[in-house]
Amino acid sequence: MAATFGRGAMTNGWTDVANADVVLVMGGNPAENHPVGFRFVMEAKRVRKAKLVTIDPRFNRTAAVSDLYVPIRAGTDIAFLGGLIHYAITHDLFQREYMKLHTNASFLIKEGFSFSEGLFSGWDEDKKAYDKSSWNYELDGSGYAKVDPGLEHPRSVFQLMKQHYSRYTPETVASICGCSAAEFEKAASIICSTGKPDRQGTILYALGWTQHSHSVQLIHTAAIMGAWNALPGYLRSPRANQPTLAAYLNETTPRPLRPNSMNYWSNTPKFVVSLLKAYYGDQATRQNDFGYDFLPKVGETDNYSWGYIFDRMYAGEIDGMISFGMNPVANGPNTPKMLAAISKLKWMIVAECFETETAAFWKARELAEKYYASAPDASRINTEVFLLPAACFAEKDGAFVNSSRWAQWKNAALDPPGQAKRDQEIIARLFLKIRQLYEQEGGSAAQPLLSMAWNWQNPISPELSEVAREINGRDAAGKQVAGFGALADDGSTACGNWIYAGSFTEAGNMMARRGQEDPTGLGLYPNWAWNWPANRRILYNRASADAAGKPWDPSRAPLRWSGSSWSGDVADYKADAGPEAFGAFIMLPEGVAKLYATDFAEGPFPEHYEPVESPAENALHSNVSSNPAAKVFHTDRDPLGSAKDFPYIGTTYRLTEHFHYWTKNIAGTSELQPHFFVEVPEALAREKGIKNRDMVRVRSARGSVEGRAMVTRRMRGLQVGGKTVYQIGLPIHWGFIGRVTGPLVNNLSPSVLDPNSGTPEYKGFLVNIEKI
Amino acid sequence: MMTTFIKAISATPGKPAGSSRATETAAKLIDTTTCIGCKACEVACQEWNNQQVTFGNFEGTYQTLPDLAHNFWNLIKFHETELDGQPLWLMSKYQCMHCVDPGCLKACPAPGAIVQYSNGIVDFNSDACIGCGYCMTGCPFDVPKLNPETKKVQKCTLCTDRVSVGLEPACIKACPTNCLSFGTREDLLRKAEDRVAVLKSDGFGTAGVYNPTGVGGTHVVYVLARADQPESYGLPKNPQIPWTVSIWKGPLKWLGNALLIGGILGTFLHYLRYGPQDPE
Repeated sequence: MAATFGRGAMTNGWTDVANADVVLVMGGNPAENHPVGFRFVMEAKRVRKAKLVTIDPRFNRTAAVSDLYVPIRAGTDIAFLGGLIHYAITHDLFQREYMKLHTNASFLIKEGFSFSEGLFSGWDEDKKAYDKSSWNYELDGSGYAKVDPGLEHPRSVFQLMKQHYSRYTPETVASICGCSAAEFEKAASIICSTGKPDRQGTILYALGWTQHSHSVQLIHTAAIMGAWNALPGYLRSPRANQPTLAAYLNETTPRPLRPNSMNYWSNTPKFVVSLLKAYYGDQATRQNDFGYDFLPKVGETDNYSWGYIFDRMYAGEIDGMISFGMNPVANGPNTPKMLAAISKLKWMIVAECFETETAAFWKARELAEKYYASAPDASRINTEVFLLPAACFAEKDGAFVNSSRWAQWKNAALDPPGQAKRDQEIIARLFLKIRQLYEQEGGSAAQPLLSMAWNWQNPISPELSEVAREINGRDAAGKQVAGFGALADDGSTACGNWIYAGSFTEAGNMMARRGQEDPTGLGLYPNWAWNWPANRRILYNRASADAAGKPWDPSRAPLRWSGSSWSGDVADYKADAGPEAFGAFIMLPEGVAKLYATDFAEGPFPEHYEPVESPAENALHSNVSSNPAAKVFHTDRDPLGSAKDFPYIGTTYRLTEHFHYWTKNIAGTSELQPHFFVEVPEALAREKGIKNRDMVRVRSARGSVEGRAMVTRRMRGLQVGGKTVYQIGLPIHWGFIGRVTGPLVNNLSPSVLDPNSGTPEYKGFLVNIEKI
Repeated sequence: MMTTFIKAISATPGKPAGSSRATETAAKLIDTTTCIGCKACEVACQEWNNQQVTFGNFEGTYQTLPDLAHNFWNLIKFHETELDGQPLWLMSKYQCMHCVDPGCLKACPAPGAIVQYSNGIVDFNSDACIGCGYCMTGCPFDVPKLNPETKKVQKCTLCTDRVSVGLEPACIKACPTNCLSFGTREDLLRKAEDRVAVLKSDGFGTAGVYNPTGVGGTHVVYVLARADQPESYGLPKNPQIPWTVSIWKGPLKWLGNALLIGGILGTFLHYLRYGPQDPE
């Protein structure tokens, strides 16, 4: 998403979903996982008679209230979406004017770009990676991309896209996804009915919903410790080959690709220097590059996303881990490898309000031998585990940021019980103690820690409001800045996270606001809490209007140009610049949304690849069946299975009744869904002699789980490449610790990662099932 | 704030004071077409009523329990079926219907154990309950459940404790999709008809309101997409107070009284004839 639009966040709030005419749910199950946000989908249905279309492997709770449900094989979403693009282009159901104005459809790509037999140009078989140089735009003499406004040039993005997706006919989509061509076309006709200015569609998908319940302040406090490698606020991590601040800024600050591109990231130096001033205060000076040297540098090919960290841990390269607010043993794929990896640590600190599977990893084998027989025996584990009692969410103040990007300040409801401490106090105490040891005994890389600014009223327990003020940032006079426009790159301003500049100004804590005014009538509520960035409720809202700034749909206009200013939402644009001045996507060097994006590792256009473990060959190109750039690990604990031994597709998901691996500790929610179960299609159950409520065992190449079967007609057999393929549903939420217990379903999933985000392939892998 | 009076009371002759005074009615509307089966109403009910938690057995569905229980008054029923070859997953909240003509109250022999307030809420008074279970027989919706430990029968109170101080019932407050609403019975019946009209114009010819006349109507009314088959939602098609209860408490009430008085008279005559019983 960040590559396409410029930011990796949900573009609009849930409240805005109520304004949609068509809601497509794919790769997510909002009724089940976001019931509160889903009220706005129901409102759209009730008030606007919106059509809700759900595409999912299971007929789930969202499907139950949908106007149309189409089953799909797990891991084939791109085929379905590619089919939709093909359908929209061939039926002329897209808004040509919008595409010309607000996307890179008219941009020309260099000669030499190609796609054939599953591979884009530039594939390097040895490196298992693309050389992307042939994917670039064709530039003119001034370094700007050439365009063909008529979209006719054979190397224009539009023509290349049309050609690329011409293979995704309804019949091909059907044979890959397992639905019928008629079902696909029915869905496509509803979804593509939004290709007119006065019809609005919205796509809900889970990827955009990763922002839940992160307390910004906690992330920041942790970042202050220098423990995190990534800089907050979408700033890139410094790399080893960027020895100076100038070199880092030179490589990370993009140049505009079109004359009218605002290229907001040209402000990167202001954001980075202000952040360094927040980290190191007076110790950050122009002479020392504002402390750029203090930041840890990442090796050129290093990757510190999830799978890589635990792979290194399993290789014995990591000594210690501090785990806050997460439960990697339960969350991570391939539980046997997770258990083995953590047992190689010398020490581990877990701060939680409950004992988790991670804190108790050494007990796994003892507690459930049948699932974790390969885990090391407790007597042979040397990891020293510290389980620190931490406050739960109701015992802390701070801000929750929801999927609408609202930072909503809340108060603590009660004090933490017993010895439990709030997270910032745990972090502060650790920091101060470690700093003291460095002061007394020295050590490698002491300077960054000793230079850290730590100006809290109570150093041992900072107030989150103090941290929030620092995140907002202050100017040379010590006043809170009003927004990121006030930040400078000369060291006069300090700001913990530029995207939150404006959240805690001289006027007070904007996140604590509860104004219920809605001047646009679109449910934007500008005075309710505070919306990052700049209290903007809808990202890319400039694109909701045409070239003259006139809304595409006047009845639902978040933004309009009055002739001298923009009114409605906070413009995602220069506030006083006319509609012709800049492209609508100010975060991108192109100034427009990217239908073609070179940022991705596996190609500039999304292409259907089979999951690494799949029961079928790729119908489009059998020689390159799965994503050539996907990251597969090769340790002894990373076996992959074949369809011969594991003929069915396992897919994991969440249930409304539970929240991750947390609520199994709570009586009231455990009562609603106390038992792990396995959803089995009726036809497969008949074939296997499995009756409803029978005990079954599900195995993959990694491990096994056991539970009661829920035989259901809500999952049906799919016709894939001429044979029937069955999927098996595996809800997460259980583990070996809690009021209710059960197997960790990640005992089955593989550590195969998406090459861009590092997200594991939980949604489609191979399993077998038997009655026990 | 809702002022309420007692409208009807179990096993007590005469009309209760205030029974003729008109007050606003209290009712619930359940629009099953917008229910996503999230069970927020179940949790809210359990929490508000401070119910004891029990972990049920796995029954092969998403439903929390097979049926209501003495410590579980609000249950979403999940029902899998098919329409034109497409799966249909019907979810609907189940609880006391707060009948206009409550069979439980009619059947109850314990004075004051069941009352109907002027706002229509039918409430059980545990102090007066004798645990005979007649109300369970009298209820055509199979709602009241006996607590085997206390020997008292329990069910949804329509949160009369909340309603009487101007709050909506806990389940209504928790519902995220607004499929539940609270208001006067008259308003909600109108709202239900409006919704049905929208559904019909949207192609759901079978949509309708569930407000069964066999029990005089209910204070919990439903909008069903398939009103032609309420059984698919776990609702009886044409609920009636069992004839035994109706007859016993209606036209044959004199007979019961006669038998009772006859029994007392008989005992007295027996005493006159044979005198006190000899302890030996």
